Amino acid sequence: MSLLPRLARPVCSSAARPFSSSAARALATPVAQKPALNKEFKIYRWNPDEPAKKPTLQSYTIDLNQTGPMILDALIKIKNEVDPTLTFRRSCREGICGSCAMNIDGQNTLACLCRIDRNGAKDTKIYPLPHMYVVKDLVPDLTLFYKQYKSIKPYLQNPNPPEDGKEFLAEPRGPQEARRDVRMYPDEYLGPATLMQAYRWIADSRDTHTAERREVLQNEMSLYRCHTIFNCSRTCPKGLNPAQAIAKIKMELAAD
Amino acid sequence: MSIDRFSRPRGSPAFCSSWQEETIGISRARLPLLPVSASGLPLATMMSTRALGLGSPLRQSIFSPSLARNQSLIRATLAKRAIQTESLPPAAAVDILNKQRLKRPSSPHFTIYQPQITWIGSIANRVTGGALSALLYGFSLAYLVAPGTFDSVHVVEFVGGLPDAVKYAGKALLAAPFAYHGLNGIRHLSWDMGKFMSVKAVYQTGYAVLAGTAVSTVALMFL
Repeated sequence: MSLLPRLARPVCSSAARPFSSSAARALATPVAQKPALNKEFKIYRWNPDEPAKKPTLQSYTIDLNQTGPMILDALIKIKNEVDPTLTFRRSCREGICGSCAMNIDGQNTLACLCRIDRNGAKDTKIYPLPHMYVVKDLVPDLTLFYKQYKSIKPYLQNPNPPEDGKEFLAEPRGPQEARRDVRMYPDEYLGPATLMQAYRWIADSRDTHTAERREVLQNEMSLYRCHTIFNCSRTCPKGLNPAQAIAKIKMELAAD
Repeated sequence: MSIDRFSRPRGSPAFCSSWQEETIGISRARLPLLPVSASGLPLATMMSTRALGLGSPLRQSIFSPSLARNQSLIRATLAKRAIQTESLPPAAAVDILNKQRLKRPSSPHFTIYQPQITWIGSIANRVTGGALSALLYGFSLAYLVAPGTFDSVHVVEFVGGLPDAVKYAGKALLAAPFAYHGLNGIRHLSWDMGKFMSVKAVYQTGYAVLAGTAVSTVALMFL
């Protein structure tokens, strides 16, 4: 509830106020400016409003000495100061949420955890996550991922929870058969993130549906399309090891 | 509703009140007993203007004596918005989304990855496996079709007639894929048993397989 007339505020907040992601411009004492270190960023662009136009790499050159250390800082600077139409997801800027996952210089990683290579002579290429449908620019469509993740039932299934006042009350009582509406995708490889979660629930000793969870993976595509390449473990910005989880599922299924 | 004169409602910056005092010449010190809103008006006045819906224009006329300060007027007369918007019912969202989905490109994949021993080693394993299988099946079928041409005697005779350089090159060409695929197969078997599953171990075994391939290839060449 603002009691002030919005339009009668002092002119200091005029509409033309420039956004600034750059450092220390407003300090009272002038700071010795470092010489400009320009670097070129080539960023994948595609606009759904002009779907006939092919995706292109657009080039932006910014001064690294006026930019934060991470790729996400560069993206935000470009969006604020150069091209507001550049579209990407970001949220926590500290490697927790995973929103800013993208392909940077050929590696899938998080823009907020990826340092800018300070070699100004070499450009940095930024693409959306590979082999996904693009919503716009660096934003991929994650619908299939979330459907697959849902399909492995990433929650505790146990028809006999402990009595009230004890642990794991998260699940409602009663058999979980009503949850059969979740569509399975046996014709698609689930991928390392989903399979690692699948293993997390297979390995959970409190879960009573282990056999069903294994059964769901017992087909050609869901699990066995993993060829043990280790791209997932190699690239994981959080240092997880999905390849090992998948290998453990394979060993469990082999023992069935 | 009671507003302490030292508190201010949310969203109204503190610096505004001093500015208004200067502008309209009201000093709060002169009105110590009235409850005062953040805009400097006595609450009773404010509430009546709100009830009449006159609050905004009234305050504007008080606080902005000059028309030049009227931002909405400036926007309306000088600057036209560059973006035109179109009003659609919420139900249209699904249609728009589905139309977009049909035209979405698939993001680039194979061509943009940084070369890494993980995936290059895996592809090499497949290529060498395919090539070795093709050779095995090709030679066997050829022997079935023309046993007179592709039996051991003729093959040995043919190879014996080649110059040394071609012999060694041919041997290397056969030995390298065989050594790589064989050694990498052992690596895969150990993974299937749950060994060497860390990224570090994957790199170590990867380079070990490459070194083993080099040694084995040279050894097989000079057999």
